[in-house]
Amino acid sequence: MTRPTPETLAHSARRARTVAESTGDAEHAPAPRPGAVPAGAGRAVPAGTTAAARQPVPAQVSGAGSLVRSLEALGVDVVFGIPGGAILPAYDPLYDSTVRHILVRHEQGAGHAATGYAQATGRVGVCIATSGPGATNLVTPIADAYMDSVPIVAITGQVARPSIGTDAFQEADIQGITLPITKHNFLVQSAEEIPQVLAEAFHLASTGRPGPVLVDIPKDVLQAPTTFAWPPTLDLPGYRPTLHPHGKQIREAARLMAAARRPVLYVGGGVLKAGATEGLRKLAELTGIPVVTTLMALGAFPDSHRQHLGMPGMHGTVAAVYGLQKSDLIVALGARFDDRVTGQLDSFAPDATVVHADIDPAEIGKNRHADVPIVGDARHVIDELITAVTSEQKAGHRTDLTDWWTQLDDLRERYPLGYEEPSDGTLSPQHVIKRLGEIAGPDAIYVAGVGQHQMWASQFISYEKPGTWLNSGGLGTMGYAVPAAMGAKVGRPDAVVWAVDGDGCFQMTNQELATCALEGIPVKIAVINNGNLGMVRQWQTLFYGERYSNTELGTHKHRIPDFVKLAEALGCVGLRCENAEDVDRTIEAAMAIDDAPVVIDFVVGKDAMVWPMVAAGTSNDEIMFARGVRPAFDEDEL
Amino acid sequence: MTMHTLSVLVENKPGVLARVSGLFSRRGFNIDSLAVGETENPDVSRITIVVNAESSPLEQVTKQLNKLVNVLKIVELDPQVSVARELLLVKVRADRNARAQVLETVNLFRARVVDVAPDTLTIEATGTPDKLDALLRDLEPFGIKEMVQSGTVAIGRGSRSITAGPALRAA
Repeated sequence: MTRPTPETLAHSARRARTVAESTGDAEHAPAPRPGAVPAGAGRAVPAGTTAAARQPVPAQVSGAGSLVRSLEALGVDVVFGIPGGAILPAYDPLYDSTVRHILVRHEQGAGHAATGYAQATGRVGVCIATSGPGATNLVTPIADAYMDSVPIVAITGQVARPSIGTDAFQEADIQGITLPITKHNFLVQSAEEIPQVLAEAFHLASTGRPGPVLVDIPKDVLQAPTTFAWPPTLDLPGYRPTLHPHGKQIREAARLMAAARRPVLYVGGGVLKAGATEGLRKLAELTGIPVVTTLMALGAFPDSHRQHLGMPGMHGTVAAVYGLQKSDLIVALGARFDDRVTGQLDSFAPDATVVHADIDPAEIGKNRHADVPIVGDARHVIDELITAVTSEQKAGHRTDLTDWWTQLDDLRERYPLGYEEPSDGTLSPQHVIKRLGEIAGPDAIYVAGVGQHQMWASQFISYEKPGTWLNSGGLGTMGYAVPAAMGAKVGRPDAVVWAVDGDGCFQMTNQELATCALEGIPVKIAVINNGNLGMVRQWQTLFYGERYSNTELGTHKHRIPDFVKLAEALGCVGLRCENAEDVDRTIEAAMAIDDAPVVIDFVVGKDAMVWPMVAAGTSNDEIMFARGVRPAFDEDEL
Repeated sequence: MTMHTLSVLVENKPGVLARVSGLFSRRGFNIDSLAVGETENPDVSRITIVVNAESSPLEQVTKQLNKLVNVLKIVELDPQVSVARELLLVKVRADRNARAQVLETVNLFRARVVDVAPDTLTIEATGTPDKLDALLRDLEPFGIKEMVQSGTVAIGRGSRSITAGPALRAA
């Protein structure tokens, strides 16, 4: 289906050759998974690693060979990277490996691609860079993955051990630099450690609260002769994530859920990461409790479900914001009471008792006091809550939520998500995004950048399934969309992958479209081009007296760059759409192309704003439905 | 704000101290004193951290510390049921005229003279921070030329002990 390119053909040939050569070669057979991984903890251990059947035979290899063998043994099918001096030894064994290396154009692209791959598949994403600038270019995607708890492993070359600390050429202390933005990081001290460190890195990245792990390997370690044996023994005595919640806390939570009059299930990204969406639906339907899903949890509960109030927070629905604000019980599942959700913390949900379940004990009570703290994996928490709530109900404990639903339904009806068509005849960005969602459907994967288009994509596309919405939530990384979409498409080649990007974001990382074109990764990019840094402009409109300081990008006025020409120059199909009549036709034309990446330049009006909005630092009570319009809440009913 | 003494057992590996101290500064805490050394198990180091903080932010930083992969165990030592000591080395001006008086102070505090020069004495003292403060106050009139203090080390009273737990002992 994908158009073959010289690069993909060369890889297929290498892979075929390697497979043929390895027939009868015990060392190249699929290797067993790390035996020392505690049972039940390996939720996201990469697929393709099967149980050990034979004794490992130590092989004589270089450190680099050991690295590549370890990646193969861990079931890694693809890595994103760029070679350079210090990492160069690793690229030699990689040339013959079954691991597909995708040569990106910038290390930031490699990092976000690994993130997109991980978010779309649930497996660990891997990126590789050289020392110094290669490694520092990974800092942004690593910080991004850290904030959004995405399991990636970054492998960086380091200058040779005798040169460390001498300000050698292309030296950077990447272990020190990434200390605050990784779940853990390693500086490998000897070639013998490589299999163990890699196995530990993958285990740490994918279990507990997932996150990025960096493995920094000095060049002389990569060159040193060593032996490779698999599986290694993991030695992580200080790492014991709690997966199973405490029964007493679960029973207390269930008791509160059965007794609450205005409860809300506040669902965060942890539910998606734990694969707990089926359970969530059961729990919601069992209790009849309304559900809100955060920006990181879209798709965890079907948008079309009657009990779904939408997304809470700064640009959430009125019903979701109000639902949390007026609730008497918040059951937080894998969510972290982020400032974009709570607004001004002191006035957030003043009457609510809080049940807070998270796999990370440090999240519980961090921002909002938890009356019932529950530490555990969301899947176990939800399954046990279902059992406990069922017993409460059997004992006759159940509250009638009709009044609560009447209020919420009334709000939903009076304040639905919507937008006004621009009065100046320009194309409405919301319309474009809405139609994109309707035409591409709920099976497509949508990847957003950061800004207005991200919020509209969260609001006007209906997410029905897990793993169909990828974005940079915590760090808010402009430039995330194109490389993350590339990673998602590599991980799930049969899915249609649409990046919804802004003209500002798109100009930060579009170089990866060259990678997509050459490597046969046919992503589709909808550039919502309003000629401005739209979200910043919106704040200037609202809070800075319409003084538009440095937000005009010139993509309208001067058509610089011309996104259609740019797309073509990068080996993609470039399309443009400037009016409402052409929207469907253009999207359908892009949908019909499956052998090349497509970029659509949607030239939209610059004055559209994201509503509703809770201004930064204000209370959720101050939510504005549209400019100058505060929702009328019937306070007496509460 | 109150002083809290945390005993942190960590894997004895390069860079662990940077991870622990970095976490404190990142989360906005000032470390009052810090001492680190090997324990009865050479694979385990013990970091004693004294920090001035409210108890609820301290709980948050303790939880964050627990997330560090190299951290094995954290115990907050209650001053009522633990022993805390600091070491002080101080070089005091003590010429022929003042020497007797300085030595008297040294004896009163059960400190020791560890080096003698014609016009100075170097004194070693251990004790609680309060005791060492009092000693310094008494020595100050003679003229303190140089001083150096260790961080607090502390251990719980009684027969119970803090160990890294079965996970590490088995390893």
